[in-house]
Amino acid sequence: MVPESMFGLDPVSLGQLMPMHVWISPTGHIRDAGPTLLKILSGDRLVGRRFLEVFALRRPRECFSLGDFLNLIGRRLSLALRDPPHTAFKGIAVALGARQGVLLNLSFGIEVAAAVRDHKLTNGDFAPTDLTIEMLYLTEAKTAVMEELRKLNKRLHGAKLAAEEQAMTDTLTGLRNRRAMDRTLEWVIEAKVPFGLMHLDLDYFKQVNDTLGHAAGDLVLEVVAGALRSETRESDTVARVGGDEFVIIFPELVDPARLAAIGQRILSRLEEPIGFEGKVARISASIGTTISTFYTPVQPDRILSDADQALYASKRNGRCRVTAWSPDLAAGGAVDGPLTEERAGV
Amino acid sequence: MHGLINRSIQCFLRDTYGDRIWVEVSDAAGLGFSGFEAMLTYEDALTGAVLSAAEQRLGRPRDGVLEDLGTYLVSHPNLEALRRLLRFGGGNFVDFLHSLDDLEGRGRLAVPDLDLPQLELRDHLSGTYTLTCRSHHRGFAHVMLGVLRAMADDYGALALLEYQGAKGDVEIISITLADQQFAQGRQFDLAARTG
Repeated sequence: MVPESMFGLDPVSLGQLMPMHVWISPTGHIRDAGPTLLKILSGDRLVGRRFLEVFALRRPRECFSLGDFLNLIGRRLSLALRDPPHTAFKGIAVALGARQGVLLNLSFGIEVAAAVRDHKLTNGDFAPTDLTIEMLYLTEAKTAVMEELRKLNKRLHGAKLAAEEQAMTDTLTGLRNRRAMDRTLEWVIEAKVPFGLMHLDLDYFKQVNDTLGHAAGDLVLEVVAGALRSETRESDTVARVGGDEFVIIFPELVDPARLAAIGQRILSRLEEPIGFEGKVARISASIGTTISTFYTPVQPDRILSDADQALYASKRNGRCRVTAWSPDLAAGGAVDGPLTEERAGV
Repeated sequence: MHGLINRSIQCFLRDTYGDRIWVEVSDAAGLGFSGFEAMLTYEDALTGAVLSAAEQRLGRPRDGVLEDLGTYLVSHPNLEALRRLLRFGGGNFVDFLHSLDDLEGRGRLAVPDLDLPQLELRDHLSGTYTLTCRSHHRGFAHVMLGVLRAMADDYGALALLEYQGAKGDVEIISITLADQQFAQGRQFDLAARTG
């Protein structure tokens, strides 16, 4: 069966040039094949079998008797093994003279890596002119480079998040800053989440700074920040928006009585004396609250200025109290009304 | 120098001698940042400063440090990807040696701005070779010496390697292959990591 020569080439030489060739006889049987193909199909006693029992022609789709096969000569062919793993091949067939049949040369297509793995191929299974090894090399090299880039991106992303976090944080207290508060306010309004808002201004803070110094003032601010954090939920946004001014946004909390109760708890905490270098700092606060359901549409400026107005009602009424904004308050009539809750009265 | 090269020096020091050594070396070199990024490029002077600091801190001559770096590049498990890329060079150690002529091109195929030395293998009689290593960065040949020793192990070949000296921007390594299949060598599957 083994041919002695073909164009003066012995089978070994032909196999070196084209390790994946198939010689198909005029009757459609496999007469010989290159060493790599023989290795892939080693279990199948390839030589002597009908070509179309082993390979399925995928493209072109028309076909098949051997007469048709001769029509495929010189065309771009796409084939696959009939049996698993159904390895795909690209190929080209040329006619051999003297009714010797057809010489078909194959190579793996884009699924080359899978084919190499499935058939445990090595460097020696490819002709030196074949770029398959280079392609596998390139695939791995690019994967390794992509992995490095992915790691770099991850580190840069982490640094970016940290920088953003820093840009949103008040450095002294670790609370959110004005910019973060504005963003949160925009976000809850856009997401149509109802919310309560509290505006808090420290009382007697200036005296602490003036008598005990700025270090004492800083300490007071840190203690205030701690108190605000512990009296609010994780989901609330506590921001220091000015020297001694704070705004708290309470998503999903629109019950004025609960807001007032939280305000009172905060006031009790803030009235606890704060020790500083053997001296004592005492402060208090005035609070104004409002809730988003009062407004259609909900406008950040409006809601902030109403909370501010309620805060100044607290100040006017003697400080250390919580005032909820109401239309009456806006009219200037509710200075002593039930919405202003004195600390002792709750 | 490319970040890949700088980072491999950093990883070599860290993986071989520990985090603390790297911190000390980078401080002594005056890097001013905590580590190199593999995909950025740095001033050449930084690489020199790091190597000098490492030399001093480890109390080891630079040639030896560079050779250990070369061995590390092939044999450390963290760099398995690199070992595999080198193994694509050929099915046995001799084919691998001949593939070194293409190393610069292969490097550039993966990372276009990677500046590797130009290597050229000369084939003499009876299993002896010389490898010329051309680069404007002196010392690459010592790294190659470590790489070649480790690759010989990887292929299971027994080879004697010797640094023959430098002239201008060329350094020379001599290679004597005693036994191509001295030992089993390590496993290499062409498509082990894909798919």
